[in-house]
Amino acid sequence: MTSASIPRWQRTNPVTFVLGVACLAFLIWSFSNVGLSFERVVRGIPALFSIIDRMFPPDLERLPQILWSLLVTFQMALVGCVLGLIFAFPIAVLAADGLSPHPVVKHIARGLIALFRTVPDLVWALLFVIAVGLGPAAGVMAIMVDKIGFAGRFFAEAMEEVEKGPQEALAAIGASRVGLICSSVVPQAIPSLVATSLFSLEKAVRGSVILGLVGAGGIGVELKVAFDLFDYQTAATIVIAIFILVVLVEQASNALRRKII
Amino acid sequence: MLASSSSLSSLVTDVTVPIVQLNGERMADDNSAVLSVSGLRKSFGQRHVLRDVHFAGHRGEALALIGANGCGKSTLLRSLVRLVEPDAGAIHAMGKAVLSLNSSDLKNYRSRVGFVFQKHNLVGRLSVLTNVIHGVQGRASGMRTWCHAFAKKEWREEAMQCLAAVGLADRALQRADSLSGGQSQRVAIARMLMQRPELVLADEPDASLDPKAGEEVMGLLYSLSRDKGLTLIMISHRVEHTIRFSDRIIGLANGVVEFDCRSKDMEPQNLLSFFKGEAALV
Repeated sequence: MTSASIPRWQRTNPVTFVLGVACLAFLIWSFSNVGLSFERVVRGIPALFSIIDRMFPPDLERLPQILWSLLVTFQMALVGCVLGLIFAFPIAVLAADGLSPHPVVKHIARGLIALFRTVPDLVWALLFVIAVGLGPAAGVMAIMVDKIGFAGRFFAEAMEEVEKGPQEALAAIGASRVGLICSSVVPQAIPSLVATSLFSLEKAVRGSVILGLVGAGGIGVELKVAFDLFDYQTAATIVIAIFILVVLVEQASNALRRKII
Repeated sequence: MLASSSSLSSLVTDVTVPIVQLNGERMADDNSAVLSVSGLRKSFGQRHVLRDVHFAGHRGEALALIGANGCGKSTLLRSLVRLVEPDAGAIHAMGKAVLSLNSSDLKNYRSRVGFVFQKHNLVGRLSVLTNVIHGVQGRASGMRTWCHAFAKKEWREEAMQCLAAVGLADRALQRADSLSGGQSQRVAIARMLMQRPELVLADEPDASLDPKAGEEVMGLLYSLSRDKGLTLIMISHRVEHTIRFSDRIIGLANGVVEFDCRSKDMEPQNLLSFFKGEAALV
């Protein structure tokens, strides 16, 4: 057999070909349907620069209030995240293969995690604003539910992936299920659990800024008011403060991750 | 003493050890037995791993289970604590009909049976002492059994004694994953001792160790079982370990016990032939 006799491309299955063409057509249609065009982008650039120009120099007059709101935002993220992680752990155990006490329980736990994960935190925030009223409490609950979905999935996967030998050894001596999880599964999964928890906190801090836009408290409310009043210099101060907070949390999280893992 | 199934008559010419008919029923009914197994069967799909296994073990006795790879030794050992559920047969151990135990009684039974695996199965991120304290979980529960920092004073002392018995008391606070293979297996033995078992099952504890470490581990298991009057059932693929560290040898082939003899009567060459699955013994 020579190289010339070997086909460069494998013959495509007709169904695969039709599906491929359909996907490509859908992508092209999507571009046209969202109204994004090169012309519009070019036309928007001067307006963007105009806003940036009006943002500088940042106005520091309201800095104390902004810092206070920023602190509330961080606290909202921290409390929501911690509560979410606390609830995520038992749900993850119930959802994990080999640890769940019953297949029905496992499917219910997985369904719950999927529900919490797939509905965006902004939607949860809207629901909780209606339920408990405007303010950080609604934000905390939205973050908590979002983190149950996010961390629950990764916790369950981390616990499923640990080495099974130590579990078998403890099962062979008659250890209880709780003992087996706490003595063998959790210690082995600690690096993944810590990494997921820290990433959840980073995600919660970023998310908590947006939640304020729908009335769930924190710095987002300040940002929305500044933009609504065309007070771009105050908005610049808020954006810079958010940027510094997110970078600080990420750096602290990286340092902790390195130390613990 | 060598016992036989019907196929055994063909190997007599090459075997130098005396051959005695195995009476599985007698052994299963033997009141002095710590463990008796009769008619044990286990299949995985179409593969019949255990067909009709009979044997018994007495207090303070060290039994070696031997056979070629895939002959069902590990399945048999796991069946004894129902880590594998047998399809049929009977297991009587320490006065219990093991296959009839409910989940709570099974836990109690398992707490009296030590199991040393081929791999040490320690939790690598935890300290050696914590791993040994985990051995208490057969007879106690709660967060005080999870970590040496929470453990009762008497458990910590007992765990240190168990570590001293395997010669690793000075490594108590080291992480388990920092130990060598032989040391890890010794910690697994210390964890088993912490359990205070009456019956010890060891599934090729020397398999992943170098010859020196393997010999140390097997010697340790044998001498500890001797000193404490424990019944030991072990699997090893090393001829010298099988003969040296057991009182009786039980040969498994084709899912049945092919022979059951005193270790001191067994010729290494015959044992080697059986390990290889050669016709001379099987």
